[in-house]
Amino acid sequence: MKTDYTPDTSKSKIYEALIDQYTSIESDDPLGSDMVLNFGPQHPATHGVLRLLLRLDGERIIGCVPEVGYLHRGYEKLAENMTYHEYIPHTDRLDYLSPLANNMAYALAVERLAGIEVPPRAQYIRTICSELARISSHLMATGSMAMDVGALTVLLWTFREREKLYDIFEVLTGARFTTSYSRIGGVAQDLTADVEKMIHEFLDYLPEAIHECERLLNRNRIFVERCDGIGIINGDDAIAYGLTGPNLRGSGVGRDLRRDRPYFVYPELDFDVITHEGGDSLARYYVRLDEMYESVKIVRQCLDKIPEGEIHANKPKKVLPRKERVYTRMEEMIHDFMLVNFGIDPPAGEVYSAVENPKGELGFYIQSKGGGVPWRLKIRSPSFVNIHALPHMLKGVMVSDVVAVIGSLDPVMGEADK
Amino acid sequence: MIAQRAVEKLREQFNDVVHEVIEFREQLLVRIETSSIREVCQFLRDDEELKFDMAIDVLGADRLVPVDNPTMHGYVNDPFDRELRSKQEHIPADERFEVIYVLYSNMNNEYIRLKVRVAEEGQRVPSVVAVWKSADCAEREVYDMFGIEFEGHPDLRRIYMPEYFEHYPLRKDFPLMGIPGSLPLPDKQ
Repeated sequence: MKTDYTPDTSKSKIYEALIDQYTSIESDDPLGSDMVLNFGPQHPATHGVLRLLLRLDGERIIGCVPEVGYLHRGYEKLAENMTYHEYIPHTDRLDYLSPLANNMAYALAVERLAGIEVPPRAQYIRTICSELARISSHLMATGSMAMDVGALTVLLWTFREREKLYDIFEVLTGARFTTSYSRIGGVAQDLTADVEKMIHEFLDYLPEAIHECERLLNRNRIFVERCDGIGIINGDDAIAYGLTGPNLRGSGVGRDLRRDRPYFVYPELDFDVITHEGGDSLARYYVRLDEMYESVKIVRQCLDKIPEGEIHANKPKKVLPRKERVYTRMEEMIHDFMLVNFGIDPPAGEVYSAVENPKGELGFYIQSKGGGVPWRLKIRSPSFVNIHALPHMLKGVMVSDVVAVIGSLDPVMGEADK
Repeated sequence: MIAQRAVEKLREQFNDVVHEVIEFREQLLVRIETSSIREVCQFLRDDEELKFDMAIDVLGADRLVPVDNPTMHGYVNDPFDRELRSKQEHIPADERFEVIYVLYSNMNNEYIRLKVRVAEEGQRVPSVVAVWKSADCAEREVYDMFGIEFEGHPDLRRIYMPEYFEHYPLRKDFPLMGIPGSLPLPDKQ
């Protein structure tokens, strides 16, 4: 039996959108050099399942329509059907290159909704985790961007560093990728002296390793010429398109939520917001590179300042009790039962909470009607918005440079598709 | 707080557009008359003092409480239910959906959130794509998930779901497990 779905591209709406959008009298095609190229979704340089429909004039791109949704798993619908605690593992799968940062962002959003104040030690641990996640994500971004334009060595080197970082995550959280480390009102386990030592060793080593990669790329003529002046977006356009994170700072706009809307312990720390003026792929690469050095600075300060104390807020009706107490005390057992089965019951209301993630501004908009589950949970994912600035950045670019632009935007489809 | 100043200015500038101002956790949520959302957004962006130059997000929400859908809320016998859900508010059909705009001002480093209410059928929300380009993909997402249409959007297509999909998955009356047969699979060879 034939079903009624048609894989015929020439009739699909995305094709029509591309043709309608960019057809005018001037671009009528007397030479017959007009061509439509389908890029992705199965393409190594799209970093996942991003599909672009490109309209070419010879080798130049005159139009582009991005298509997302190949990894759509309906996380917003799922969130409406599970308690706030149950949702934490799902945040790992949003931006799967920095799951720790997502965990922290989500916990912060729920805490803002429920009015929970997290003790300072947990705040410091969260800051450390966010910054380590930033380093790991930027290492990956730098390596894969270099690979996209032909420098394979850098990817292997940054992967090696990221591996060390994941060893630390394994000891700290118990998992390498899907960490699920945050809890509403704190973090899952304490930061032990062993982990502190491992982080210190890593931090001592990392700047030299980044510098090695820099030596391979910064004065590498092939890399620089493939990225310089490609995919330019100026500051005003970047703001209008809603770019955030390193992509916006690569256009010379110093917007960083860590400084502008402080959360965790960022106000107590000393760090710079990196901006570069170029607005092209090379500038975005430099922003990521320099941000790694800043993250090293931040983690060092956190490790110096981190106080002793509790890692869970003292709010038994909202925060999961420690396991050993659940097994030995009546009160904690009741709370555990209630929290696991019925949720944390925050007041009715709506909050928007955003943090500066490695990819940009990750926001959670939570509508609560009370009770254990969110009424509506919206994820504002940076990659989703960044991808939709591609048509602007790709206009007039050669078709072989598309990979250099996508690589510099550093999209993660897990997050863009939700 | 610049968001409060924005509300004052809106009240001065426009007649009867601000329906409601809700403050929760030090965040301001302003309910606006649906038909004038575009002018309000234009004003908030262009005003020298406010300058909300980024539309961080545009999102939809459904207010419908389905009575006979057990999959909707698995926590029917919720002990927190108290009187909250037992006297369920009746949602009139002409105010069923909400569209929420999260705006950010780079000059003042502050957020403001606007909200409009939309009828279940027939009402179109003025599009703000002409004000912020970032609203383009966000409004398409709202259309895809809730079926809310935007007046003046240049390219209102589905964004996540396939083109031939007929339902709106984030509506509260759409079941969690999906509707059987709504996503046809290719034939087995």
